[in-house]
Amino acid sequence: MRYAPLIACQECDLLQHETRLQAGAAAHCNRCGIELYRQRADSLDRSLACALAAGVFFVVANAFPIVRLQIQTEQTQSTLFGAVHALATQGMWFVAGLVFITTILVPAAQIAAISYLLLPLRLGKAPRGLEFAFRFLRSAGPWGMIDVFMLGVLVSLVKLSHMASVVPGIALWSFTGLMFLVAAATAAFDPRAFWISVEARR
Amino acid sequence: MNPRGVAAASVGLWACNLCKLVSKSPLQASMGHCPRCGARIHARKPHAVVRTWALLITAAVLYVPANVLPVMETSSLFGFQKDTILSGVVYLWTSGSQPLSLLVFIASIAVPLLKLTSLAFLLASVQFRSVWRPDQRVRLYRTVEFIGRWSMLDIYVGAILVALVHFQGLATIVAGPGATAFGAVVVLTMFAAMSFDPRLIWDPAGNIRVG
Repeated sequence: MRYAPLIACQECDLLQHETRLQAGAAAHCNRCGIELYRQRADSLDRSLACALAAGVFFVVANAFPIVRLQIQTEQTQSTLFGAVHALATQGMWFVAGLVFITTILVPAAQIAAISYLLLPLRLGKAPRGLEFAFRFLRSAGPWGMIDVFMLGVLVSLVKLSHMASVVPGIALWSFTGLMFLVAAATAAFDPRAFWISVEARR
Repeated sequence: MNPRGVAAASVGLWACNLCKLVSKSPLQASMGHCPRCGARIHARKPHAVVRTWALLITAAVLYVPANVLPVMETSSLFGFQKDTILSGVVYLWTSGSQPLSLLVFIASIAVPLLKLTSLAFLLASVQFRSVWRPDQRVRLYRTVEFIGRWSMLDIYVGAILVALVHFQGLATIVAGPGATAFGAVVVLTMFAAMSFDPRLIWDPAGNIRVG
């Protein structure tokens, strides 16, 4: 066997033996009680399915305006990228970059990474450069913030409803779907199952 | 809680943070690469305490302009108005959206403050090699790490308002310099939480000195 079935708790570094689990069960650290790993049913298939669906939602969410705003006869509307652009033209480069990276770039890259890793695996081969995609996927998590963005949309809609009539656009619903799908795709991706699958293909 | 057992690092085994593989540490080196996924591995994150302090202090300094400078400037028929984060919270409260006002208060004011103080407390406890309730302190660290990103809320609210409210003559909103400072605080505290190593919290309990 190439690797010893040992696991170290990521919180307290306690060295322990891995044990086989039933589907749905979780292993906890013997010292600090933190969850070490969980045996998810169909982890990789579910992750891939959600990522592919998220790809579709991502396109719709970014191609259409999120909301339309109306005061008397005047109206404005904006896509997410329109908001980034508006910030940039006001000279707020840092904030514009932050919004772009956390709501567009990272989620897109997460979806791409899961599809790139899991689609070839499903077809029976290991993709090239999978280590890089894997490392990106495992470290990008906190920087994808569609969920926080959705809450921000909610707050701004309430603020705007005091001054104008607000018409939600199709992208608003797509973003809601995108939020759940990206969360499900990344949560379902089990690194243990992934490497077992990779090593079986090599 | 079971006090027995050994830490992986104390027997020359390093765990990969990304793929969780436990592998033999390189001889005579403070850094190696995970044989499976290629990520950098260490016994403990390098200079975790110093790096986290540096990021944390920078964030604390920027926390002042983030709250004092306006994040949003509104010009409308009723005049010109500058809003800080706190005045935005007050506006929501007085205009009848109390639950939302509370939400923004928690995300934009309470959470950053909680992060700054919690991380400072954790760092101090690690530096003094405290053995007090390591399980509770790790839980505090996990909470800080988990809630940190929600502070971005106000940045997104600002971005959407700026993008939508540009009615000629009626009302226009532009972002203020406070937004840049506030965004920097969120990013810096997230990096601070990431550069901290929770395993340091448990090391004194096992009488371990590594890294």
